[in-house]
Amino acid sequence: MENMNVLMMNRRGFFRSAGVAGVAVAVGATMTGMPKYASADINALISEQVGQGTITMDKVLVDTPDKAENGTMVRIPVVVNHPMEPNNYIEKVAIFVDENPKPFIASYTFFPESGKVDIEFRLKMAKSSNVRVVAKSNTGALYGFTKKIEVAEGGCAG
Amino acid sequence: MTVGSPKVRVPKDPVKKGDIVNIKTMIQHPMESGLRKDKDTGETVPAHYIVSVKAVYNDKPVLDAVWTGAIAKNPYLGFSLRAEKTGPVEVTWKDDKGQEFKASETITVG
Repeated sequence: MENMNVLMMNRRGFFRSAGVAGVAVAVGATMTGMPKYASADINALISEQVGQGTITMDKVLVDTPDKAENGTMVRIPVVVNHPMEPNNYIEKVAIFVDENPKPFIASYTFFPESGKVDIEFRLKMAKSSNVRVVAKSNTGALYGFTKKIEVAEGGCAG
Repeated sequence: MTVGSPKVRVPKDPVKKGDIVNIKTMIQHPMESGLRKDKDTGETVPAHYIVSVKAVYNDKPVLDAVWTGAIAKNPYLGFSLRAEKTGPVEVTWKDDKGQEFKASETITVG
């Protein structure tokens, strides 16, 4: 419940400051080490899923080709190189596709019993886009990975 | 469009306690986002997609997924867990119409 309250506050905070463009970006989570920062909208979606904080571009790996033949089925394998111990583990991984009509794609909650964050699934992409993966540890540390995937033929994305 | 046939695949051979084991799952589902238009009629195809996938091993959760209509149809999901003792991996899929699908396979630790 406490987590929920924090999230709600974040969202209120975001909308209250949304009129001031500069502030809106500062309220959302920010990607470090990125050539291009995520838009305010994407940052708000990221904050909604994993809370606020600086995202370190480390530990998260998505081993997928730069080009997808078919946007209706883009394979996304995600590995997070982080211990999965009772007091030190990855709690959540969330996936976003910037150019999809609804950029939030999926979230995965993990437990120490998961042993390793090593998942694979397939998503739909409307067109070429950045794909963002953000992982949150149980202490609230955020790690990210962003990759541009070129789509030859768009899928009917959701 | 077929809906159902949930499948879980675990290693066939016994694994060792502490091993990280790969689990593969699959289900038949249209995963209609509600945003697609029918090519012939031009009408929007109603949403029909899986909203959650939960995996439990020896009664303990190992993965909780929240999905949207942007997951590809007939969704495949692979994940890992740490083998502790012989017991079932039970996976439950739920869609936006409240339909539930379950599949289970036993991991042998020895």
